[in-house]
Amino acid sequence: MRDTMPLSRRGFVTGGAAILGLAGAFPAWARTGSQGLAAKGSGLVTGPNIDLSIAAAELAVNRRSGHAVTINGSIPGPLIRLKEGQEVRLRVSNHLHEDTSIHWHGLIVPFEMDGVPGVSFPGIKPHSTFEYRFPIRQSGTYWYHSHSGLQEQVGHYGPLIIDPEGADPVAYDREHVIVLSDWSFLHPHTIFTRLKQEGGFFNRQKLTLADRLGDKTDPMTPAERDMFARMRMDPTDISDVTEAAYTFLINGHSADENWTGLFTPGERVRLRIINAAAQTTFNFRIPGLPMTVVATDGNNVRPVEIDEFQIGNAETYDVIVRPGDQPCALVAEAIDRSGMGVATLAPRAGMRAAAPRLRERPTLGMKDMGMGNSSAHDHMATKTDGIDHAAMDHTAAPPPSHQPMRAPPPMQPAEDHGSMNMRDASRVDFPLGAGVDMIAPMPVDRTGDPGVGLEDVGHRVLTYKDLVSLEPRSDTRLPGRMIEIHLTGNMERFMWSLDGEQLSENPEPYRFARNERVRMRLINDTMMTHPMHLHGHFWELVNGHGDRQPLKHTVRVLPGGYVDLDLTADAPGDWAFHCHLLYHMHAGMMRIVKVRPLEGEPA
Amino acid sequence: MKILFSLLVLLAGSPAAAQHAGHQSSPEETMASCPPEHAAMGHCTPALPEPPPQPAAPARQPTESCPPEHAAMGHCTPKETEPSTASPPAVALSGPENAADAVYGAGAMASARKAMLREHGDVPAHKLLIDRAEIRSRQGEDSYLVDTQAWYGGDIDKLWLKSEIEGGFNGGLDSAEVQALWSHAIGPWFDLQAGVRQDAGPGRDRTHFALGVQGLAPYWWETDAALFVSTKGEVTARLEAEHDARITQKLILQPRAEVGFSFQDTPELMAGAGITDASLGARLRYQIASTFSPYLGVEYERAFAGTARYRRLEGERAGGWNFLVGLRTWF
Ligand SMILES: [Cu+2]
Repeated sequence: MRDTMPLSRRGFVTGGAAILGLAGAFPAWARTGSQGLAAKGSGLVTGPNIDLSIAAAELAVNRRSGHAVTINGSIPGPLIRLKEGQEVRLRVSNHLHEDTSIHWHGLIVPFEMDGVPGVSFPGIKPHSTFEYRFPIRQSGTYWYHSHSGLQEQVGHYGPLIIDPEGADPVAYDREHVIVLSDWSFLHPHTIFTRLKQEGGFFNRQKLTLADRLGDKTDPMTPAERDMFARMRMDPTDISDVTEAAYTFLINGHSADENWTGLFTPGERVRLRIINAAAQTTFNFRIPGLPMTVVATDGNNVRPVEIDEFQIGNAETYDVIVRPGDQPCALVAEAIDRSGMGVATLAPRAGMRAAAPRLRERPTLGMKDMGMGNSSAHDHMATKTDGIDHAAMDHTAAPPPSHQPMRAPPPMQPAEDHGSMNMRDASRVDFPLGAGVDMIAPMPVDRTGDPGVGLEDVGHRVLTYKDLVSLEPRSDTRLPGRMIEIHLTGNMERFMWSLDGEQLSENPEPYRFARNERVRMRLINDTMMTHPMHLHGHFWELVNGHGDRQPLKHTVRVLPGGYVDLDLTADAPGDWAFHCHLLYHMHAGMMRIVKVRPLEGEPA
Repeated sequence: MKILFSLLVLLAGSPAAAQHAGHQSSPEETMASCPPEHAAMGHCTPALPEPPPQPAAPARQPTESCPPEHAAMGHCTPKETEPSTASPPAVALSGPENAADAVYGAGAMASARKAMLREHGDVPAHKLLIDRAEIRSRQGEDSYLVDTQAWYGGDIDKLWLKSEIEGGFNGGLDSAEVQALWSHAIGPWFDLQAGVRQDAGPGRDRTHFALGVQGLAPYWWETDAALFVSTKGEVTARLEAEHDARITQKLILQPRAEVGFSFQDTPELMAGAGITDASLGARLRYQIASTFSPYLGVEYERAFAGTARYRRLEGERAGGWNFLVGLRTWF
């Protein structure tokens, strides 16, 4: 075992003008016995041999410090910059008193290099070193993070960029890596325990009598309010862990600490935005500056100009912006609008744009409850794809189940939701235990929706239907079969599962034949947005763009909706498949995917 | 700071365009290397017409992706029937069950797998709730009540403890009970609870078997219904319900009702057959912290039928108002 030296943090890719000299401003952290203060922002590591050192440290956020886990001494960890076609050896030394691991999120690697303890390898024991070694067969914006315990919550994540072998189809003059995350001074186990004790513990924006009687416009109809209360569902339960526990960070900096990235006016600036948060979906925007999305999850898409997009945990989006001579605020607003991360893009250091105020907390509606599009609380009229859904009769839409024996009940008129069975066991082929509080009676394709709370924000918001791959797809086969996977849970007990089973119950894995073309239909039977991630593969997101449907490693499945994902199971081995909300995964929302035969075995 | 990016900046100048120009071999490639964005900037010339303006129009072209919803609206035509759900082909079940065993050894992987399963679901948790710790004032006479619940366990099975202690400040303990229950989730919102209850207090020493259902009823009512059979053969039951009405994020009005039943006359306990007593109250609490809420409240309590008669014989009133000052807290 060899101790790795902390790597040089010169040549900061993340700019970080604001943070230099911070350590000097708070000398208390230099006290003896301190675990050392984590640097903020990412240093750069590159080349065929990379050393990474995982260690405990203190992270200072808003003049307070808390326990953290760092990679090479910083949060986020160093920017790993690789080149398509190269081989890389990554030596990871564990200086913690517990096991650790690194998963290379979105990278196509042999299964034994994927970094999930208990699935792809045994994990990295305390005070030992593990060497990852694999060829780089792709390019784009990715990231890496721990898959052990709840380490991801305390800082164990970092960006990973791969430059393409040939010319980059995206032209830019300058780039910034923007790592979004959520930080808490609470121990992650405390956060989890609180959620088990009281599902809505961190929600400080619940419905109140005062709001209802006050001059705020009531977002709910009496029928909706009645329905939610009868179902014991909280229409304000948008995010499990909120600003009550979190400070939202951009490149390790709070809004007050204001990370600043510089540019020269007129430049095309590429922002590589990574959501490395443990439990927060963000709405990302730069007020006053349109963004052109050019890539997602490392894959190029046809440029599409928008003003805002929702980014689920582990998703990445590359956007091009052309700021003028003014500073701009990068705003990562938590999906429940309890707080936001703010950073600055400025032509000169020291400049700062005013951050917008938090917008009104969204309220869930009937569609989020899986009751189709027929709700009085209809968001569809403001959809960005130009179809007047509101004018169409969506109540006639059949549910996505194609098994004749699971025929849907006759459709109810919109005002008669009350008689709909919200937990109809005949719709699924698994038993409904205590961990399943709802089966969406009428889930719909929501890939054309911008995400919870973004239906009527008055500007262009990206939807999954706007994503068109730049490259035509390589596997032109149609899926030979489909598997339906229900995303299930119990909000009150904070239980989360797939097809009603938690991973702790050791459920049957999802099994694919090698190179099999399969459609995975993810049906969200809960009222939360789940960013679902499959290791080792890319899904083709079925969004109606023929052979140019986008490739994604992580897909947000909106509440009460479903997503079709076509998969070529070309990576033999065992792979993790899970919700990327850390506490949902910890609560059981994970499954193993097995692709056989393995390398070297007869087919 | 400007030079920070010098190594990484890709200038979209003429060398890039020249590179792109050498790529005109297939339409796909041309499209890939000359996106409309570049073309618009004059970096290169696309061989194909520009794709439709963004945001992208929804699919109207025939495609294998034509969800039923869209087909019904005529947005698209399902070209192929959608794949049907089926079991995986036999080959998917071939080979070793655990792929990493051959690489890292079956022993190392087995213990890692065990830890991995343990960490993803059914993680044990705990709670200690002092639901009501209050001073009850009735016509100048003060008494106290402490109502506590605690649990430890996984998602389905828990050890659940409940206790309720009542007494006067000069007269000592009136009654005390402790329940130790095994709690088993029987649905999304309800637990079946079974175990023992031990009572203490003047003339009240008893051990009961307890069987109940506790959980969250529609419209957010916390309910607890339990049946008790004492070792002396007495059968009693109790029903409790409470609800949090949120006035503001921190000010909460909690109505609470409790009804007791006895299936027989028990003079020793001053309980007549039928409904013995009931209370209806409201507590207004303020969350100083999310786990710490002092409250003020009122409660009307009265005994019925035989129980009321026993009380009158003792010179007590059958019912009356209590004014409450208390604290709700949990850990
Ligand atoms: Cu989830």
